[in-house]
Amino acid sequence: MKECNPILSVKHLKKYYQISRSATLKAVDDVSFDIYPGETLGMVGESGCGKTTCGRTCVGLYGKTDGDVLYNGADVHTLQGSERFRFKREVQMVFQDPYGSLDPRMTVADIIGEGIDIHHLAKNKKERQEKIYHYLEQVGLNQEHASRFIHEFSGGQRQRISIARALVVEPKFIVLDEPISALDVSIQAQIVNLLVDLQKRMGLTYLFVAHDLSMVKHISDRVAVLYLGTLVELTSSAKLYDNPMHPYTQALLSAIPIPDPNVERERESQKIKLQCEVPSPINTKPGCRFQGRCQYAMPVCREKMPGLVDTGDSHFVACHLCSGEKKV
Amino acid sequence: MSELSKDQFKIIGYKEENINKIERPTISYWQDAWRRLKKNPIAMMSIVVLGLLVVLIIVGPYIQNYDYITMNVAKKNQGPTGANWFGTDNLGRDLFARTWVGARASILIAILATGIKLLFGVAYGAAMAHFGGWVDELLMRIIEVINSIPSLLLTILIMMVLGNSFPALLVALSITSWCNTARQVRGMIKQLRESEYIYAAEVLGAGPLRIIFKHYIPNMIGILILDASTAIPSFIFTEAGLSFLGIGLKSPDISLGVLISLGQQSMDFYPYQLLFPCLILCVIVMAFNLLGDGLRDALDPKLRR
Amino acid sequence: MESEKRQIDTSVLRVEDLRVSYHTYAGEVQAVRGVSFHVDKGEALAIVGESGCGKSVTAKSVMGLIKPPQGEVKKGSAIYFQEENILNYNKQQWQQYKGGKCSIIFQDALAALNPTMRIGKQIMENLQIHKRMSKKQAAAEAVEMLRRVGIPEPEKRARQYPFELSGGMRQRVMIAIAFACDPPLLICDEPTTALDVTIQGQILDIIKDLQKEKNTSVVMITHDLGVVANIAQRIAVMYCGMIVETGLAEDIFYRPKHPYTWALIRSVPRLDLENKQELATIPGTPPDLLSPPKGCPFSTRCTFCMPVCLERMPEQTPFEEGHTAACWLHHPIAPETPVPVLKGGAAHEGM
Repeated sequence: MKECNPILSVKHLKKYYQISRSATLKAVDDVSFDIYPGETLGMVGESGCGKTTCGRTCVGLYGKTDGDVLYNGADVHTLQGSERFRFKREVQMVFQDPYGSLDPRMTVADIIGEGIDIHHLAKNKKERQEKIYHYLEQVGLNQEHASRFIHEFSGGQRQRISIARALVVEPKFIVLDEPISALDVSIQAQIVNLLVDLQKRMGLTYLFVAHDLSMVKHISDRVAVLYLGTLVELTSSAKLYDNPMHPYTQALLSAIPIPDPNVERERESQKIKLQCEVPSPINTKPGCRFQGRCQYAMPVCREKMPGLVDTGDSHFVACHLCSGEKKV
Repeated sequence: MSELSKDQFKIIGYKEENINKIERPTISYWQDAWRRLKKNPIAMMSIVVLGLLVVLIIVGPYIQNYDYITMNVAKKNQGPTGANWFGTDNLGRDLFARTWVGARASILIAILATGIKLLFGVAYGAAMAHFGGWVDELLMRIIEVINSIPSLLLTILIMMVLGNSFPALLVALSITSWCNTARQVRGMIKQLRESEYIYAAEVLGAGPLRIIFKHYIPNMIGILILDASTAIPSFIFTEAGLSFLGIGLKSPDISLGVLISLGQQSMDFYPYQLLFPCLILCVIVMAFNLLGDGLRDALDPKLRR
Repeated sequence: MESEKRQIDTSVLRVEDLRVSYHTYAGEVQAVRGVSFHVDKGEALAIVGESGCGKSVTAKSVMGLIKPPQGEVKKGSAIYFQEENILNYNKQQWQQYKGGKCSIIFQDALAALNPTMRIGKQIMENLQIHKRMSKKQAAAEAVEMLRRVGIPEPEKRARQYPFELSGGMRQRVMIAIAFACDPPLLICDEPTTALDVTIQGQILDIIKDLQKEKNTSVVMITHDLGVVANIAQRIAVMYCGMIVETGLAEDIFYRPKHPYTWALIRSVPRLDLENKQELATIPGTPPDLLSPPKGCPFSTRCTFCMPVCLERMPEQTPFEEGHTAACWLHHPIAPETPVPVLKGGAAHEGM
């Protein structure tokens, strides 16, 4: 898998917001990763970790402060003309809020048809209609839904419409920004199954951004863990669960409740309980972002930001403790 | 409770077609708003009254074949009779015809002024929202300066400079009224811009024109309609007040305000000359206001269902 | 009969045939359609279900927050708190009940706290009303409660306003206010849904500690099965305004008897399971509460639906230890179905 070139390559991406003259919000601070064709990279983290900002910057919705986002080798933020147009077609996004990501004044057909109209994918009305119906059925809805308005649909159905909207332009890469967080548990399962199925059938590549590590681990081949704008661990899903190396990842995994009373009771004594709150991303202190809550914090952690190091077999960790000989 | 039989317990599972079926008929935002409006008896009443008024404004003066200028001194200052339904004024002119022509002028001014207010307000507000930064700050300061000048003073000054004509009145009425519209539009666009469906359109590759015409405008029409429905009665009232004071239109131009002013002069002896224009003015303004209230309820998305 | 008598002796809360409707523009929404459950002293009952199932409305009814004319608690409903039917309370009794005997914690702490009042004062208010403490006593007790819920520098925090605190802190303040008067009953309406998962664990721990310390009964409303597994001794599963299954936590997770519960548990991905396995789903969406189905509410989406399910509402079938399920599959005439037994630690493919 690593022989081919990455479809998306993010190098030292930084996205800062200047809140006031003295306060800088470092939403994304030096994040680097690659995504290979056909895979799903999960991006997980809690509120304020910058995963949504990162996803939107990769798609070109937000400008960048520094670093590069390369799609098939081309810098996303400096594309012009027909190349930019092609990028808009090949890279799509599905948003979090099923109630806010669809225009309430448009019918379902218009919403899905917008992509067709912009990219001139249909020669006449009939072809356009057929394409709309085709993709509606691909996402599990019916033809008769095309003339309806979005307020008549449930959350899960609206997310399907969002997915159909993204699919209609035949993209290669889709960024899914918390697509299931606002949905009920059993509906989440429907949407996730749909996404996995579509990926197999259409050969899509996904960047799956979410805060629910169970779901992310389930759907992703590799997982990137973010904390306060920095990438702390990047590895395959299996290895992330079997051998989490970064102290934050360990704490995160142990905090996630497993829906099984006996297992929960057994884990109770082993749980890593993080004290304190998540610090503010504004005007962060130098050094590792996790220093305030980390039980293994060393003096070097307060001075120098740890770099992302391969600890063997493509298991990347940004931690002074882990990159040393001592394994946690 | 009837007995349960064995074949009622055969497993049949769920029907695939029933899974995603939507029971209710499809209904667009405007259809839904209209349905809500229909349920509001006061609003429907206002629509009927306004409809009637519009008809009368158009045909009223022709019903009895009196025109509003012809003086018939023999018939001056007569109360309402079979021949002159609203009576005559001190120069023998038929008040019924004059009232409707006056109403026509008042409403026309109000609608035109509202049109100017909306057009200018939308353009100004959109510019503020689009450019942001120092342009936004500058344009906002201009609005604040205009707002801090008492509008009545400004209106009077303009009328004094430009004279008592119809166009002058139009300018005077709309010169300060667009500020509110601009602010509302600015706020609305700023809010819409952060909507995820606008982001989705950008990701799809939509250009700014498409976003403006297909997304912003349809979502803003609601508040613009509301703005208009409150602006029109307000303008009618203001014009009446100005003309009454002699600052707006002056005789021989007619408007409801002019008629009220003339009627007020002979109020003690011929009260009907004041009564009828006042009555019509109040009915028009109240109908618009009540309709405006009804529209606000009907168009408010939060009250959906 | 004997166990029923025991139930009546030990239960703090007993809800019988609760029916609540909301009168809306479109018609009558039957949010809760005949719900019965009980909570014993010192135990935690979780009410699980997806959005629209009526669990929040049930919680609000117990707290007396259903406001006429839109909301209506139908005649024939009964909510017994320590053997008194609270639906018959007069105004004074309600005042004593709310906050003093029964407290509630909401999902959105920012909306539930008074933004113009300092934190300490909000706790003190509760203490002064229900425990009749003097201002000085209440102030000291408020600081102590803040310390108890794990807020650092409680004296300083007591003088702050809600917007100055983070989400997790605000939730702790809500817990402090709720527990301040040692209420016998605490209702938690999705208290951790809006919080990060590392903070969620802290909040659940505080609730559990205080529950043990003060022997409070807790009703936890949630849709998160992980939270349920963490905190609940007993579980009630709600669907479309009705309780479809009740039982001990182990019974519900490992020996569920209702198809909805089966599907729900198997549609949740677990950290300790295989990657990209197809998740069990429940096809379709819950029915409209404006016109709920005549028979079993789950019939339109159930793989095991039978003709009788479409026509008649199933009765609650009792199993051991208070485990009940409302499903026609357990009727003597019904065919044998392979019931999935979900062992602790792994889910078996049974359906």
